[in-house]
Amino acid sequence: MSTVALALRPLEFFFAQYRRVWRGTVISSVVTPVVYLLALGVGLGKFVRQDLVYNGESFDYLDVVAPALLAATAMQVASFEASWPVLSAIKWSRQYHAMLAAPLRVKDLLVGHQVFIALRILSTVTVYLAVIAAFGAVKSPLAILAIPAAGLVGVAFAAPIAAWGAYTESDASFVAIFRFLILPMFLFSGTFFPVSQLPAPFEAVAYATPLWHGVDLCRQLTLGEVVVPSAIAHVVFLAAWIVASLTLAVISYRRKLVL
Amino acid sequence: MGEHDGQSLIQARGLVKRFGELTAVDAIDFDLRRGEAFGFLGPNGAGKTSTMRMIGCVSPITDGTLRVFGLDPMRDGVKIRSRLGVVPQLDTLDMELTVRENIVIYGRYFGIPRSELGKRADELLEFVQLDERANDRVEPLSGGMKRRLTIARSLVNDPEVMLLDEPTTGLDPQARHVVWDRLYRLKQSGVTLLLTTHYMDEAEQLCDRLVVMDKGKIVAEGSPLELIDRYSTREVVELRFGESRPDDLNYWTDGKVARIEALPDRVLLYTDDGDAAAHMLHERGLAPESVLVRRSTLEDVFLHLTGRSLIE
Repeated sequence: MSTVALALRPLEFFFAQYRRVWRGTVISSVVTPVVYLLALGVGLGKFVRQDLVYNGESFDYLDVVAPALLAATAMQVASFEASWPVLSAIKWSRQYHAMLAAPLRVKDLLVGHQVFIALRILSTVTVYLAVIAAFGAVKSPLAILAIPAAGLVGVAFAAPIAAWGAYTESDASFVAIFRFLILPMFLFSGTFFPVSQLPAPFEAVAYATPLWHGVDLCRQLTLGEVVVPSAIAHVVFLAAWIVASLTLAVISYRRKLVL
Repeated sequence: MGEHDGQSLIQARGLVKRFGELTAVDAIDFDLRRGEAFGFLGPNGAGKTSTMRMIGCVSPITDGTLRVFGLDPMRDGVKIRSRLGVVPQLDTLDMELTVRENIVIYGRYFGIPRSELGKRADELLEFVQLDERANDRVEPLSGGMKRRLTIARSLVNDPEVMLLDEPTTGLDPQARHVVWDRLYRLKQSGVTLLLTTHYMDEAEQLCDRLVVMDKGKIVAEGSPLELIDRYSTREVVELRFGESRPDDLNYWTDGKVARIEALPDRVLLYTDDGDAAAHMLHERGLAPESVLVRRSTLEDVFLHLTGRSLIE
């Protein structure tokens, strides 16, 4: 049995679980970012000088902020889905244990859960991209590639947070992660203003975050201003980050589930 | 029951499980034969669950050898688990899903096609008498119903061996009897059962053969009757004295009983003829608060082997 086939088996559980909460996630995954788009892109955007230059071209503030919010949404959906649900599958609903009583391996349930989260991200950002297009902020057909790009951003957060979720004994740390890691990244990773505005040490930190790479990649795609070497560098960074995080997550899952 | 009866399905030799300094399972040997109901009897912390988890391929062995269906649990975990039915000590049901969904989704973990699972779920729910609750959420079900659902779920892959880790712990007497009845039927239909318990009555009810475990070691092995025969007498006289327990029971019994066990709340006299012993004490003028003559149980065997009660 191939790894792919085994990793798809847990998916049905996560979908069944999702069926009973999907209404709530529509609010958090779609409505909230749209509110941000209206407030920051449209509202605040009115006060920002109109001739923002990206790669030598001028754009509206909304055009520049919208793809950043797309990437940030992927980050937020992924971070939520990989925190409490992972801890729950170990500690409360104990579904990981049920899966391990069946012929599934630790890496199958990790990959299966990550695939589910990736699908959640992809569906959310697809809707979101349509909303951005309706606001007139999509400038190129290349924008369609922002969907998989946002998927990469999402998994770049889902994998390390799942690793932590399997390591931690309680959910107390998740709030800290959201407050002290996710929120600052949301504000300072080139989402609302260029990272070059940051003091030098913080600018360096921003370049090391997966969100900055995701934001710039999505921005290049929706604006149609792709700088190939830079886009490739972003993809490579995110892919390497994901591989490293998944490796950590497998270790963390094994440590908790197989003893 | 088939021609393969008696074939060894699980084999452990010198099996050891250590967690750091703690030795949970200390070099045990046992064989599980096809068609039998085999039990691990022992108090909490005896190493029963650790043994079950090693067999279930979710806990690497520290030392010794373990073969399940002739395979190595650490290398062939997927193959082994596709042939096992696991009823864990803690339920792993999803409380928000319905009774039926729990079985169907679990069946999907085994790669059983959805089209087959509907019928399979209905049959299994009927078997555990939960067919009327099929579309209810799991959460409000009683403990006994949840346990039966876990058992039904573990049967979804038509397992050759069922691993039952304390199948009735926490259930009321009536619910326990329903579970025992279902397990007995499974055994009749040829499913091999491997169970852990700290209830001697459960072991007596269900097990053809059992091992008594204490502090990671197997201290005795045999059928319930053999064990009682070997380590206890046919009958036991239980005496309760209240405040004034006599100091020298040997004097009162005058060497007429095989063994005396003084527990904090009662005194047990081991003898093949309980009535005669009780009569003799009465004749000699000993007047306990209460006298109960009963047959020996596995509890007595355990007490004799370890000097402690099973449930403390």
